[in-house]
Amino acid sequence: MPARAPVVISRWAVLTAFAVLCAFPFGWATFTMFKSDDDLYTVGHVPFLYNSPPTLVHLKVLFTETAFLTFVRNSLEIGVIVVAITLAISVPAAYAIARLTGQWGGRLAMTVFIFYLVPPTLLFLPLSRIVADMGLQDTIWALVVVYPTLTAPFSTWLLVGFFRSIPRDIEEQAMVDGYSRVGALVRTVLPLAVPGLFTVVIFTFAFTMNDFIYAVAFISSSSNMTVSAGVPTELIRGDVFFWQSLMAAAVLVAIPVALAYNFFLDRFVQGLSLGAVKG
Amino acid sequence: MSEPAVRRRTVIIDESFRVHHLLDRESVLGPVMLAPLLVYLVALVGLPLLLVIYYAFTDATTGSSAFSFTGLDTFQKTLADPVFRTALRNTVVFTLVAQVVVIVLATILGFVLSADFRGKWVVRFLILLPWTTPVALSALSWLWMLDSLFSPFNWILGSLHVIDEGTPVAWLGEDSLAVASVIGLQAWRTLPLAAVILMAGLTSIPPELNEQAEVDGAGFWRRFFDITMPLLAPIMMVAILFGIVATFTDMAAVYILTRGGPGYATQVLGSWSFYTGIQGGSLAQGAAIGIFMFPVLLGVCILMLRRASQTDVV
Repeated sequence: MPARAPVVISRWAVLTAFAVLCAFPFGWATFTMFKSDDDLYTVGHVPFLYNSPPTLVHLKVLFTETAFLTFVRNSLEIGVIVVAITLAISVPAAYAIARLTGQWGGRLAMTVFIFYLVPPTLLFLPLSRIVADMGLQDTIWALVVVYPTLTAPFSTWLLVGFFRSIPRDIEEQAMVDGYSRVGALVRTVLPLAVPGLFTVVIFTFAFTMNDFIYAVAFISSSSNMTVSAGVPTELIRGDVFFWQSLMAAAVLVAIPVALAYNFFLDRFVQGLSLGAVKG
Repeated sequence: MSEPAVRRRTVIIDESFRVHHLLDRESVLGPVMLAPLLVYLVALVGLPLLLVIYYAFTDATTGSSAFSFTGLDTFQKTLADPVFRTALRNTVVFTLVAQVVVIVLATILGFVLSADFRGKWVVRFLILLPWTTPVALSALSWLWMLDSLFSPFNWILGSLHVIDEGTPVAWLGEDSLAVASVIGLQAWRTLPLAAVILMAGLTSIPPELNEQAEVDGAGFWRRFFDITMPLLAPIMMVAILFGIVATFTDMAAVYILTRGGPGYATQVLGSWSFYTGIQGGSLAQGAAIGIFMFPVLLGVCILMLRRASQTDVV
């Protein structure tokens, strides 16, 4: 159905307005990170222009004089380990809920999801003590242990939806052919669930980067901080804000994460709807 | 890949069935596969949840591991604290206002995004940014955007002579503006998820329904309220619940953007619990503050459960 011209124009007007609304702070951050101090901190200057030539010096500061790269490395390490743990406990649990628990499946899926609703802002106090008792205070392992409490229930819930959307006949055929239940899962269901698994990987990774409260509550040395906790604490010293470097850090993290999400968005939303509709 | 599978097959053929047979029984295999997740959740969500409730009835501090039961003392202290009351009210108001804004904007955005058009990928990328970016970092970008001296909005308002150039607007320095800024940040960062969820809901409505209604003479608004909205309601509920949980339990946005200030004007339960429990060292009081999130979260849980049981019936 070809759209009429007024429809197209008003759609683009609305889309442009929303794109500006959503992206403006990042656009502004990108514009800021190349400004020289003279230009940025002179009150009379028009803020929308480069009054002095743009400079890369603040990016250089970010990479060479701050622990930004350490934060990135920590975040990546934590992300990879948490993804592995999350998959290891979510995949079997989701499969069991989708296929092996009969009429209890729906209720189990809900119970698991309710665990996801218990917020970090409520759990961080007891967990900070538990983490200290385990001797993990101020190590990345404190976060590795705690992050799956949020990623695993959510991932399980997503995967239940994906597993249910795979026809049972496929495994039943494999089991007739002599595979055990687990064999059939590995041989036939998992390959079909790859998009769902990718979605879980992206979500889990993004969550570990997104967390702020656990990271600031458990970690005190900057060599163990994640991007979320490290950038604001390291690049704001008292009243001194290293604005260009701060903005560079925000943009350099925001763009790859948004790109990753954009690739898997349809699967992610499909998973949300599957989980939501089928409970 | 094929090697373990072949071996497994020979196990079935050659050996007695016992071990395999046990795991092939679904009543055994199911719980075995569920156990790691459930054990983990009970240990690191269930147990801490009980602990946080217990802390609230004690005088626990972060400094020492010894504490004693003090009954309702902590709750009395908490309820008498004016900052707590501000935080409680703010948490509810911020969540309600932000989510009402999100519902309206997300419905519009979901509509325009559900159509196919060139450049959709780029538009979607830009629109997703507020949701995909770690909240601490996007809050930093707002902090800069709302800087009292160098905010671009101040410059625009100044050159339009809405404000005097000598007296910039302190976006985060005045109570009402700071409140509006925090609500804006919360609505902004939860909008994209709600929009894409609604977009998915809209694309799943069979177009024949609307086409038939149009043939029958129903106008746009009639179709919107009688066909689209009812069909969209369940998925919209999901979008709203995610938004409520994200806003209601958040502390990072407030912590970065306003530090709860000016004064305590933008303090919320999450941030005040953090300031009291970690920085102030009073584990007990931090716990008591956090517990006041319970009623709303419980309400969300019940709504989810009811929805689930409804769909199970269908």
